[in-house]
Amino acid sequence: MRQALVAAAAFALAISPAIAQDKPAAAAKPAASKKAAKPSAAPVEEKDAATLEFEKFRAKMIEEGNPAELFEAQGEEMWKTKRGPNNVSLAESCDLGLGVGVVKGAYVQMPRYFADAGKVMDAERRIVWCMVEKQGFKEADLHAKPFASGTYTPEQTSLVTYVAANSKDMKFAVPMKDPHVKDVYEVGKEVVKHRAGPYDFSCNTCHGADGKRIRMQQLPNISTQKGAAMAVLGWPGYRMTGNVMLTHQWRMGDCFRQQRFPEPKYASDTVTALLTYMTANANGVTYTGPGIKR
Amino acid sequence: MKTTARNSLVAMAMIAAAPAAFSDSDHRAKALVMMKQDFVTKGQATADRIFEDGLQAICNRTGNQPPADITKRLEADQMAGVKYPADGKLMGDWKEGEKIAQSGRGFTWTDEPGLPVGGNCYNCHQIAPKETSFGTVGPSLFHFGKLRGNTADMQKYVYSKIYNAKSYNVCSEMPRFGHVGALRPEQIRHLVALLLDPESPVNK
Repeated sequence: MRQALVAAAAFALAISPAIAQDKPAAAAKPAASKKAAKPSAAPVEEKDAATLEFEKFRAKMIEEGNPAELFEAQGEEMWKTKRGPNNVSLAESCDLGLGVGVVKGAYVQMPRYFADAGKVMDAERRIVWCMVEKQGFKEADLHAKPFASGTYTPEQTSLVTYVAANSKDMKFAVPMKDPHVKDVYEVGKEVVKHRAGPYDFSCNTCHGADGKRIRMQQLPNISTQKGAAMAVLGWPGYRMTGNVMLTHQWRMGDCFRQQRFPEPKYASDTVTALLTYMTANANGVTYTGPGIKR
Repeated sequence: MKTTARNSLVAMAMIAAAPAAFSDSDHRAKALVMMKQDFVTKGQATADRIFEDGLQAICNRTGNQPPADITKRLEADQMAGVKYPADGKLMGDWKEGEKIAQSGRGFTWTDEPGLPVGGNCYNCHQIAPKETSFGTVGPSLFHFGKLRGNTADMQKYVYSKIYNAKSYNVCSEMPRFGHVGALRPEQIRHLVALLLDPESPVNK
């Protein structure tokens, strides 16, 4: 095996000058395949009946009372109450980047770099960090069941919803001038290109070009401001499938599931890198607050 | 992940031989280390799926556009791994093909391992006109056989394209359904029939 590898490498070396700059050539196919049918894809902006129906429903729901508001209220109480083994509140101990206890505008300016943690963190990761470092909760406990299911909603989900609601109608402004943030953004850009797994999928397979759909589901192109906004707006969101409140962290995991990838660890660098890439691409877009998802 | 020894050998040798063309950027190198730390096995989706096979590594390092010479050799290598049904028949039953084309299950951490895996075809392609819920990641396949006929060469092309799309387009977005063991040869020939059989609704 080893010998074969060396031999193959030597052979490849011999041909390597040809590697230089040629453009890829089209592979041989039966000639008739040139007469390919014109794709009769629907125009980019066309929405199917189900999508329109859902949007009407969502508008009505929000008018009558967005279910996310319940979690926002719970999160506000948790934020202001002395809790955990250290019996301190997050309001008096947690800095989301704009000063201890400041929630107004914090969500749309994350992910950002936190010198005390030495890391770039998204909102959820930062809240979990504060719960561990300031309030004394055990990280393992917070990581054990980090997303809602059935009637269970993790505390950090309600807290994220509260913090996010306090950035409603404000523009995304991930601090890209910070070299730490820029670096994580660039790493995130590499993550979205990484093809692997049984189906060779990357994030970009579905989310790297305009006007694509899986079945009838429109796929935002997260490399553009408009597409990134579609991917970022509405999170955290109350999801009609399962009737649960879910965060953007959760959504990243579900993407990887469908990508046939393994599971990203909760509150990991990889998830922060993706959220940095997407949210920064949406910089300048107005955040509409916690939403309702299909 | 299943990868033929031959496949990874050729690709790895190419990477070793051409450091300038295939070297990782600092950010990509960081991303690879980070992902290795951050992914964990869940259900059948084992942590090692994050690692690239040789072909994925070359596509990832060249922005899905390897140089022509590498492309040809990799495509030939992928093609060499295509296995055909023992009886040589490449056209099966289009009705069975339609069922396989409809199913998108398989390989995720919420799928039961070992269940028959779907072809995921409608997720990305327009195929038979009756199904209006189709994706647009791939080209429309409506009237595929009507436009091209169903000669032996065409059957072989469609079969091997589904078995391993990378044997024609090395960094194609399309999965390698036969190569990774998602679809068996007899399932692939049902899909060939869906696209090429004159009786298939695709060609009406």
